[in-house]
Amino acid sequence: MSEIPSDLKYAATHEWARLEEDGTVTVGISDHAQDALGDVVYVELPEIDQVITAGDEAGVVESVKAASDVYAPISGTVCAVNEVLEDAPETVNSDAYADGWFFKMQPADVGELEELLDAEAYSEVCEAEEH
Amino acid sequence: MSEQQIPAKTPLYQEHVQCGGKIVDFAGWLMPVNYGSQIEEHTAVRSDAGMFDVSHMTIIDVSGDQAEMFLQRLVANDVARLNLNQALYGALLNDQAGVLDDLIVYRLAQGYRCVVNASTRDKVLAWMQQHSVPEAHFEHKPQVMIAVQGPNAIQRLLQVEAVSGLTELAPFYAMHQGAWLIGRTGYTGEDGVEVMLPEAEGIELWRKLREAGVAPAGLGARDTLRLEAGLNLYGQDLDEATSPLASNIGWTIAWEPAERDFIGRDALEQQRQTNEQKLTGLIMRDKGILRHGQVVHTNAGEGVITSGTYSPTLEYSIALARVPKKAVGECEVDIRGKHKTATLCKPPFVRNGKVMHS
Repeated sequence: MSEIPSDLKYAATHEWARLEEDGTVTVGISDHAQDALGDVVYVELPEIDQVITAGDEAGVVESVKAASDVYAPISGTVCAVNEVLEDAPETVNSDAYADGWFFKMQPADVGELEELLDAEAYSEVCEAEEH
Repeated sequence: MSEQQIPAKTPLYQEHVQCGGKIVDFAGWLMPVNYGSQIEEHTAVRSDAGMFDVSHMTIIDVSGDQAEMFLQRLVANDVARLNLNQALYGALLNDQAGVLDDLIVYRLAQGYRCVVNASTRDKVLAWMQQHSVPEAHFEHKPQVMIAVQGPNAIQRLLQVEAVSGLTELAPFYAMHQGAWLIGRTGYTGEDGVEVMLPEAEGIELWRKLREAGVAPAGLGARDTLRLEAGLNLYGQDLDEATSPLASNIGWTIAWEPAERDFIGRDALEQQRQTNEQKLTGLIMRDKGILRHGQVVHTNAGEGVITSGTYSPTLEYSIALARVPKKAVGECEVDIRGKHKTATLCKPPFVRNGKVMHS
């Protein structure tokens, strides 16, 4: 069973979002997603200052096996990207919820977070996929 | 395909589950794609020894007075060239010389043994039926088949089973050991064997090899290993619509004797004059991963990637691509709308642990 921290919000497309104290939102992919992908070998991140709408493609994560799009869970402007992933993409496997974050956004409307799944609802999404 | 039903399990299924295998449906079979890390499994095979369950592949024994004639008609390579206990790699062609399947054929005392793919089982059996002759009998013979691969594969097998003469067994030759057939074959570009044996003994061998430190390796590692070794995967690099001459397996066609009338020969003779494509290698040292289906722009025109991956040995991306025959040097690959530079090269990329293009 994969790890699903209860303090995060989730998209059904397997991204997590965390509201930081400075008002930005950090985005990554879930433990379930990294496990399904297998060894991550390449990550393509959005550009800083890129404006994205919830549900838009914001990057790509590639494992040995396959490429998978990463979608913006909420709308906003990209304000930071995790450059560590360029040289150490395997961090996504080893630490999906902390060092393996993808990018940070300045949210257009922080209220959009409420429309995302909580841990319980997201775990149901994962379970449904496993059957 | 009839395999849209309940997925099948090989006799080693429980072993995979116990080894922590992540199980996926592959061609109607529940198979391990990895046991944790595909890269670690890949590296184990390149540097030490790994083992694959390949029991889902289709073993077909052919016997009878006309067995040789039957296979000489079906296989583009010539089985009459085989010595006793020798094996060859070849292709089954259709009338248009498209590739129905690729296979290994062993010549054994009791007849021939063909090993074809899992995904093509029904198609190949139907094809054999369609071209059957009275004195050639073919029979699907499911068995456990374990590929033990890597520089230490032979040594590890000898640790768990005393097989006299195994060290001296030449590549592409097979030997019997009780009810086992051991072939010095594989699909990883490393030394090793493929062992075909009865179910209970197969499960026991798997367990013993595991205890001896042989790493269980899944379909994921099998794919990256075969691609590094420049070996084709049926359905991606080979298919019914494409000539073997455009698939880098022209060397498996036995043109002589000229009077041997194998299926597809006429079409193939034509293609020999007209074929304008080749399957070749691509390496991309830039970041990013080459994938099946991506378009390649070369000096001689467009091509397409048939198989692409991240190479765990080289730590950059490699691919097989079908491109115009005259394509050479650098090319551009369209990756999600961005053009990236890659270099055409002759496969393999890695053989016996050595990097071929540095």
